[in-house]
Amino acid sequence: MTGGEGACKLIALGAIWAALLLAPYWMPPLGGYTALGTRVLVLGLAAMSVNFLLGFTGVLSFGHAAYFGLGAYGAGLALKFLAPSTPLSLICGMLVGGIAGAILGALIVRRRGVYFAMVTIAFGQVFYYIAFQWSSVTGGDDGLRGFSRRPLDFGAFSIDILSNAESFYYFVLFCFALAAAAMGFVLRSPFGRTMIAIRENERRARFLGIPVERHIWIAFTLSCFFIGFAGALYALLNNFADPKGLHYSQSGDFVIMAVMGGMRSFWGPLLGAAVFVILQDYLSSITVNWMSFIGLLFVFVVLFFPRGLLGAIRRKVQA
Amino acid sequence: MMLLEVVAATKHFGRLAAVRDVSLAVPQGELRAVIGPNGAGKTTFFNLISGLFPPTAGRVVFDGRDVTGMPAHARVMLGMARTFQITEIFPELSVRENVRVGAEVAAGFRLRPWISRAEGAELQRRIEETLSLAGLANKADRLVGELAHGDQRAAEIAMALALRPRLLLLDEPTAGMGDQETYEITQLIRGLHRDGKLTIVLIEHDMRVVFHLADRITVLDQGKLLAEGTPQEIAVNDAVQAAYLGKAA
Repeated sequence: MTGGEGACKLIALGAIWAALLLAPYWMPPLGGYTALGTRVLVLGLAAMSVNFLLGFTGVLSFGHAAYFGLGAYGAGLALKFLAPSTPLSLICGMLVGGIAGAILGALIVRRRGVYFAMVTIAFGQVFYYIAFQWSSVTGGDDGLRGFSRRPLDFGAFSIDILSNAESFYYFVLFCFALAAAAMGFVLRSPFGRTMIAIRENERRARFLGIPVERHIWIAFTLSCFFIGFAGALYALLNNFADPKGLHYSQSGDFVIMAVMGGMRSFWGPLLGAAVFVILQDYLSSITVNWMSFIGLLFVFVVLFFPRGLLGAIRRKVQA
Repeated sequence: MMLLEVVAATKHFGRLAAVRDVSLAVPQGELRAVIGPNGAGKTTFFNLISGLFPPTAGRVVFDGRDVTGMPAHARVMLGMARTFQITEIFPELSVRENVRVGAEVAAGFRLRPWISRAEGAELQRRIEETLSLAGLANKADRLVGELAHGDQRAAEIAMALALRPRLLLLDEPTAGMGDQETYEITQLIRGLHRDGKLTIVLIEHDMRVVFHLADRITVLDQGKLLAEGTPQEIAVNDAVQAAYLGKAA
């Protein structure tokens, strides 16, 4: 890596974090609102979790909403029935999503390509129908209600993240930063390099002594922990968990965000999520067919910027 | 002691017997060439040895240990490394990163969340050593996918060497190469064998390369073992000549 490239990366990283840290100040003047920024962070984290597999291991999961939704239900049920604690609910959500991913992942990782995608959809739909039918626990079609995020209690003082949108945004940003740092840490580790090796050439990876299935399983499980965490944050954001969050169309949205933003880049999915969420917010106030416009944009990006929006920006900067 | 022993290996694909009852024993330090006309089953035989798929019958013994049912990645950890007829590399990574993956796996770091400074320095030293051995030191930062064919082949050999193998399996190392590239790869393999004391089994079509390098030659034809011997013996073997010229022996 040349010095110039390294400096460029550092500047870009600084710009991303500055934009995220200052979002509650620059978004409202541009017609946004803080809760929209929070939504971008949460769905961005989910898309980054999908991309952890898709972009860095080369494995397309089309059922990751299952673990996102399980994270949301895990957090909601913990708040409702276990204890009124926000951190506990996040941990519960993450564990539910991650453990489910670990168990199902073990059954999925031997499949490849389209078969892998189909099996992930199938397992995802199983959870969707369970959440849909098991009304006594999950609230069924109406979703899980009757819980809300709790103030963060630090003993000497507490932070109200329920009614204050700004403090909740910063709380979510803090969680996002933790998850993103963990993700970046894994990707820079020797294990992360084996993931990229599998993406690049599975056969070569195998004949370099990497037990490919085991490594894909670990990557899948980690990715489910991350997306379970995102799902838990989503439940806190809405004070509500919805069976639609488990549905395969939600999985599709995550894949769209990742591919649109740029699946070969770490931050691409966050950009994809921002474009998706902001367009959705704006267009859905104009037309019920907002998804067709996002679909058109998606097709446009895939055709003309195969490396996604961030990939196109990067190329522009380098040129 | 034999480093590699294949005992009566047979491989069927449906009704096709790609390899039939082939045995082979390679002692420590030998360079063995496997030759034969197209379709003789050479690559299938390699795949049996390296564990891409198990044989239908027969055994593979590596360093006194039966590895017949062992998956490929576990054989690599025992010291068996291979290259492929069609180059298998990580095209979007730099040459150094390609070699690094192998070096890290060989060092037992593949599941490590981090490596210490001292381990990193040792790893770096080994990577650079492997790169210069393969003549790629000045191309280390280039993407492998952008290199010339010959350099890609050399990079694949470098990846295998990063594993610190005891047995190196090379499937047509000079395939698709020009004279100069062929010469360079031949010199590299010769150096690994002579100076590195590495045991090598290679499949090769270029007879100049085979006769220049091999200690012994195994000839396959239509999935069967046709002959085995020193290059001098093989050169005058009637059955081998007949197989290559397409006449009945």
